[in-house]
Amino acid sequence: MPPLADTPDTVHKAIIFEDVSLRFDELTVLDRVSFELKRGETKVLLGIAGSGKSTILKLCLGLLKPDSGRIYVLGHDITLMSEEELFDLRSKIGIVFQESALFDSLNVRGNVAFRLTEEHLPESEIEKRVREALSFVELEEAIEKLPSELSGGMRRRVGIARAIITQPEVLLYDSPTGGLDPITSTTIIELIMKQRDVYKTSALLVSHRLQDGFMLATHYYDPVSKHMQPADGMPTRDIHTRFMILREGQVIFEGTAPELGRVEDPYIKEYIA
Amino acid sequence: MELISPFDFVKRSLLAVQEYAYLSLRAVTNLIRKPLYLADTIQQADFIGVGSLPIVILTGMFTGIVLALNTSKTLQQFGSLSLTGRLVSLSMVRELGPVLTSLMVAGRNASGMASELGSMKVTEQIDAMRALGTDPYKKLVTPRVIATIFMMFFLTIISDFVGLVGGWIISFAMLGLDTYQYWNSAYQALKYDDVITGLVKPLVFGFIIATVGCYYGMNTKGGTQGVGRATTQAVVASSVLILATDAVLTQLFLTLT
Repeated sequence: MPPLADTPDTVHKAIIFEDVSLRFDELTVLDRVSFELKRGETKVLLGIAGSGKSTILKLCLGLLKPDSGRIYVLGHDITLMSEEELFDLRSKIGIVFQESALFDSLNVRGNVAFRLTEEHLPESEIEKRVREALSFVELEEAIEKLPSELSGGMRRRVGIARAIITQPEVLLYDSPTGGLDPITSTTIIELIMKQRDVYKTSALLVSHRLQDGFMLATHYYDPVSKHMQPADGMPTRDIHTRFMILREGQVIFEGTAPELGRVEDPYIKEYIA
Repeated sequence: MELISPFDFVKRSLLAVQEYAYLSLRAVTNLIRKPLYLADTIQQADFIGVGSLPIVILTGMFTGIVLALNTSKTLQQFGSLSLTGRLVSLSMVRELGPVLTSLMVAGRNASGMASELGSMKVTEQIDAMRALGTDPYKKLVTPRVIATIFMMFFLTIISDFVGLVGGWIISFAMLGLDTYQYWNSAYQALKYDDVITGLVKPLVFGFIIATVGCYYGMNTKGGTQGVGRATTQAVVASSVLILATDAVLTQLFLTLT
């Protein structure tokens, strides 16, 4: 793995994008995108379909390479890393895919344990950690089921369990509530909030749904009641959630929920209306 | 249907060759890198080898039967019916055993690999595997390549033998040839280089079947329709490559021996 990058502040920042551009044939997907994700922060990426949100997540993992610019993840300049080197770094990053991307030939246990099995951990240790991860997403009873036997919401929860089982330093969520009913969506957002507030994991969350972002920005997870609670009247509570809006591959807004509410840009006003 | 310029066609073709070469190279170089995924390799060997056994036996048997029937008619005209075993043996071991077994295995397994990996590709399971820190070439491609090469060797031997049995059934039951005469003639006809030719070919064909199947699977685009397209292309491309490579290998072995 290349040495830790020393120019940007990679100690306090989990992910740094510097002037990242990417084109697919004639289509510009990202155009000089720059942003930072601080350690412990959750950044909600908003934008219409095709604005480049999911591409940013794939770039963070090195699944795609940018045409230009630099990407620093956990202190490593991943634009200089080979696929072999990236496999090590990816073990510190968790991702929840848009359609869950569960391995359909493996049951829930096999999917959640995949990373640990690849690391050849003892069976007893794997079983313990799988049950812990499934307990976190409240899905222990589905451990023997195949992905085809699960509902959309259950599949997302298994996806979250698979992503968090190694307690990664960064979590990437690709439209985790897409196509789900409002109640299930709230359950998923509550799990993301729980991960944010209990484990202080840095996260990038791609979403089409503005309400998901606002819920994250205005609520906190209460470990006593085991449910989310509104953060109103608790000015000392820092919920570390910021927003970023993309339009045609460019960042057109970055800031907090109140800043987003005050923005004058007509496109953004229409988007959040 | 989309019309593409000759320049784009050449560019796409060269890119496909480059990607195929890259996949083949990764599949081979992964042999010396850990982990080796032995359990996955054994599972694939079972699926490819044991699973293909019925069609390989049937193909070998009927090929031997047809060979004996066809050659006996000509040989009878020259009063050389006793050479039936010799002709069946040489044809099966040198040519038909390896080629027909490979074509059968290609039809069954190149399509299976392309559809399985293609489905994983379009449902982002391949990306998920990479994101989880596992090299899909190492976990999915290399075990299939090793298993196919390994099992093709034994499947071809079985096919050759069953073909000879098919020829013997016809010789004994319809042509009235003596059993000892048939098997002795079949055995005496084979030279060392015939056997080597017949056993090296399936190793090369096995490599082609697995790498072509995996290549089309790993490069599938366009949802379920894309999976169907990849499956068809994998069978067509592997079959054509097997026949083309067979011509080259036959000439090469004839020159060397």
